[in-house]
Amino acid sequence: MTASPNAHDATRQPGLPRRDVVRRLLTDRGPLLVVAGLGASAYDLAAAGDSPLDFPLWGAMGGAAMVGLGLALTQPSRPVLVLTGDGEMLMGLGSLATIGVEKPANLRIVVLDNERFGETGNQKTHTASGVDLAAAARACGIADARTITTLAEVDHLRTAIHGPTGPLLAVIKIGADPEPKALPPRDGPFLAQRVRTALLGQTQALEA
Amino acid sequence: MNQPTPWAAAIHGLFRSHGVSIVSHVPDAGHQRLIELCQADPAIRTVTLTTEEEGIALAAGSFLGGARAALLIQSSGVGNCINMLSLPHVCRMPLVMLVTMRGEWGEFNPWQVPMGASTPAVLEASGVTVFRVDAADDVAATVDGAMSLAWQSRRRVAVLLSQRLLGAKRFTPDPR
Repeated sequence: MTASPNAHDATRQPGLPRRDVVRRLLTDRGPLLVVAGLGASAYDLAAAGDSPLDFPLWGAMGGAAMVGLGLALTQPSRPVLVLTGDGEMLMGLGSLATIGVEKPANLRIVVLDNERFGETGNQKTHTASGVDLAAAARACGIADARTITTLAEVDHLRTAIHGPTGPLLAVIKIGADPEPKALPPRDGPFLAQRVRTALLGQTQALEA
Repeated sequence: MNQPTPWAAAIHGLFRSHGVSIVSHVPDAGHQRLIELCQADPAIRTVTLTTEEEGIALAAGSFLGGARAALLIQSSGVGNCINMLSLPHVCRMPLVMLVTMRGEWGEFNPWQVPMGASTPAVLEASGVTVFRVDAADDVAATVDGAMSLAWQSRRRVAVLLSQRLLGAKRFTPDPR
């Protein structure tokens, strides 16, 4: 019952290896802040190496992009990357409209799109049926919205993430086969305090 | 609908004195004046949302980045927030929600009544400390104390601005 979902969909390209994609995006990440959506995106982030500048979510489905917007508006000198899945992004589709209106120059959203709800049995998401998240982002006012199918484009995206302009949304078509679970820390106060301490210093991080 | 909300300026002043720099909202007539004051204030980034739960996640990200945020919604939007409230709850983050009430005193629209009636229970079940204001003279002190509790003790707080305070929305058919 755990056959590769791609085997059932001959029309779909195999998709890029998600762990390799995330490792490439986070190469020499410098001051980059990362918010990861729950599930496989958070595991990919953990597999690339735990950092105090990471905020992996274990719930709050549909909220990753808006957590990223909050960070981007309050830390305008740092690039902020939201790393999430197609199912999580579809649940927060309205946030693309909000972000398209606010146009934070330092916010980048990467949707790791396997066209599946991978945590719950690989059921198809709407992107498997042609829903185009990059087109939706463009229609919401996020001018730089692209769909990526090659590792060369991933490497260009890594450069753009650290570039001066945004907002940006990239849909990266990845494979649907599961990767070994790499679990990030899941204690909420620890994760929040760790990011705040890295950004604000210990004294200010203890205030609100 | 322009309701007289003389307390709106007091809340805006409290945003200033508490250092609130991000105010998000799903518009509500009862919040109209306060939203206008925030939009006119260069020290406050005012963010319009498509749904109330976006504001919970936005406030969480703002807290991570070291800023104070407030969320202005009406009671019908509280139900939209339930799962997202687990984020500030489990991460022990402050959250300030100012909720204008519908579906109670003088309500014309029966569709507002169920969510209005369940609003305090839903918030409390989601880990939010609830304060309610019925009189204009109590608005400033209640909001001030609720915000202090949120920042100083890292609590989720909601101040319910009652329909008695706001005045019930009047529905009159346009002449044919």
